[in-house]
Amino acid sequence: MGVFVGKNTRAIVQGITGGQGSFHTRLMLDYETRIVAGVTPFKGGTQVHGVPVYDTVDEAVEKHEANASIIFVPAPFAADAAFEAIEAGLKTIVIITEHIPVKDAIQVMARAKQAGVTIIGPNTPGIITPNECKLGIMPAHVFRRGVAGVASRSGTLTYEIATSLSVSGLGQSTCIGLGGDPIVGLSFVDVLKEFERDKQTRAVALIGEIGGNLEELAAEYIANEGYSKPIAAFIAGRTAPTGKRMGHAGAIIMGQTGTAGSKIEAFKKAGVYVAEKPKDIARLLAERLKKGSMNPLIDDLRKSL
Amino acid sequence: MKLHEHEAKTIFQKYEIPIPRGESTSSSTLAKEVATKLGVPVAIKAQILVSGRGKAGGILFANSPEEAENAAKKLLGLEIKGIKVKEVLVEEKIVAKKELYFGITTDRAKCSYVAIASSAGGMDIEEVAATMPEKMVKVFIDPVYGFRSYHAYQVARKMGYIGGQMRDLATIFLKLYKIAMDYDAELIEINPLMETTEGKFVAADSRLLIDDNALYRHPEYKERLIHEAETGLSAQEVEAQKAGLAYVKLDGNIGIIGNGAGLVMATLDAVQFYGGKPANFLDVGGGASADMMASALNIVLSDPKVEVVFINILGGITRCDEVARGILEAKKRVGFAKPIVIRLVGTNEEEGRRILTEASIHFLDSMEEAAMKAVEIAKTGG
Repeated sequence: MGVFVGKNTRAIVQGITGGQGSFHTRLMLDYETRIVAGVTPFKGGTQVHGVPVYDTVDEAVEKHEANASIIFVPAPFAADAAFEAIEAGLKTIVIITEHIPVKDAIQVMARAKQAGVTIIGPNTPGIITPNECKLGIMPAHVFRRGVAGVASRSGTLTYEIATSLSVSGLGQSTCIGLGGDPIVGLSFVDVLKEFERDKQTRAVALIGEIGGNLEELAAEYIANEGYSKPIAAFIAGRTAPTGKRMGHAGAIIMGQTGTAGSKIEAFKKAGVYVAEKPKDIARLLAERLKKGSMNPLIDDLRKSL
Repeated sequence: MKLHEHEAKTIFQKYEIPIPRGESTSSSTLAKEVATKLGVPVAIKAQILVSGRGKAGGILFANSPEEAENAAKKLLGLEIKGIKVKEVLVEEKIVAKKELYFGITTDRAKCSYVAIASSAGGMDIEEVAATMPEKMVKVFIDPVYGFRSYHAYQVARKMGYIGGQMRDLATIFLKLYKIAMDYDAELIEINPLMETTEGKFVAADSRLLIDDNALYRHPEYKERLIHEAETGLSAQEVEAQKAGLAYVKLDGNIGIIGNGAGLVMATLDAVQFYGGKPANFLDVGGGASADMMASALNIVLSDPKVEVVFINILGGITRCDEVARGILEAKKRVGFAKPIVIRLVGTNEEEGRRILTEASIHFLDSMEEAAMKAVEIAKTGG
């Protein structure tokens, strides 16, 4: 189980002949992810680590029944790569590429929404459902199959928290990097809905950071709709100054919008456990899982079913 | 990238958005000449890339060319929010009946551009937005259809204008949208957009931020990065920009280096949590080489306020052995004038640790432990 990607994922790699594309194709294959084809225009007919390369996505999809793509194409061409994948009928698209112009990202998201396609990223480490599928560039050894669903706006910080979840024995159901850009395909709310439905997921970790209001919207959703699984959150950037971009294009406080304080307060109000330090996430979730669900009403409901 | 007011106004002019007549200059004598040519009264406006310029005293008015010269002289010697004024814009003073606001930016939750307008524009627009949201008109722009003339009419109408005035205002909105798309704007705004006593509309101020990631489509502004660096940034920030490192200068005395923006932010937070003060944010990024690590250390150590450096590396794509070699390289090149606390885990950590141990450099396992250690050293001065 897990969400978005799993045993049935058959992925192509767009930009497979490039340095990053080729390197990570090998690592994804090592993880036994089903990489069925690669695409690089003008390189059709060649192979990368035994994976056949095609000139266009529709050719690769037709020959290999692919249903997902991971994009390593350079920023000026990444939007076109995404449009091509959407048009070829792929339903899950991971965009690793960083520095895609906001205007391009907005167009890609609009097109994906029309077509009912899930976009993960851009500027993401990708997604992993441990022991099933790794569609990304994250170091596989920090993940263990388990029960915590993780959604994050950051890469290395996710590895930090995933490590402590693995060590604590909770492990992860699926770990999703939403991406560090201002415009990304998935919001925390989208992912919360998926984790709510997923049987393997028993707890959720949200890793946010300054900038934008996706965390506040998630808190609003949790408060209004209720959530049957315990949630813990960590917000990076309590010390960040206003108006400065902290590494990620999306990590910037504008005026009073996007501060860590506002996000932490919103989560606390919604009954989400907010961790002071990254490693506290695993401890908080383990404690809650022992005590049962965050919402006693739902516990009762479960017993009565 | 932020454009100066006069640069954005040049673009406005090209798109036929009405702006006040004026010229920018870096000399007070020329300011006097411009004022003579334009006729008084004039406004003299500091050309700096900070918001809240008006409130900080960056805009002066003059009723004679001599007054304009003095005002320019005063502004050109001024430092506003830490940035020296090097240029002023001398413009005809617009007598406004009303100050409006119009801007276009991105909305993250809706994944779209959004047009925002208000009939209560001017210096306090952020406060208006926060306290009187009913005074703000918002239109989310579908990227497929764009911002159309009827959207512009709707907005102008909601702001209370009809007939010819509605048409004039809507025309300005549509042109601003065109600029936003043509120039890959992250934010474009006219504030205030003045309604004159004759009922005309003039863009009295302008703000345009171009998406850095789209600069390859606007080569004419690529050069500007260096110019901006010279005016607005610290020496360390300029060096970091050259080396391709994400660096932000802060006030404290604990230098921070890490890999990954989120992890570095969390590192700063941990240092503060244990009672320390971070001196900077520095992200060496994914897959940092030994060379980048050495430049990073060099930049952080060049800040005289730094008492101790905390390096927090979690190897993923970044390899710990590369980082360790980078640290040795930096030691060779610049020496460790200050104590260094290192936390190194992840990909190839055994090799990385072996390299450090051989060079007698101490390291720790946990981020929290390392943060505490750095804070302790900073407090006792080593």
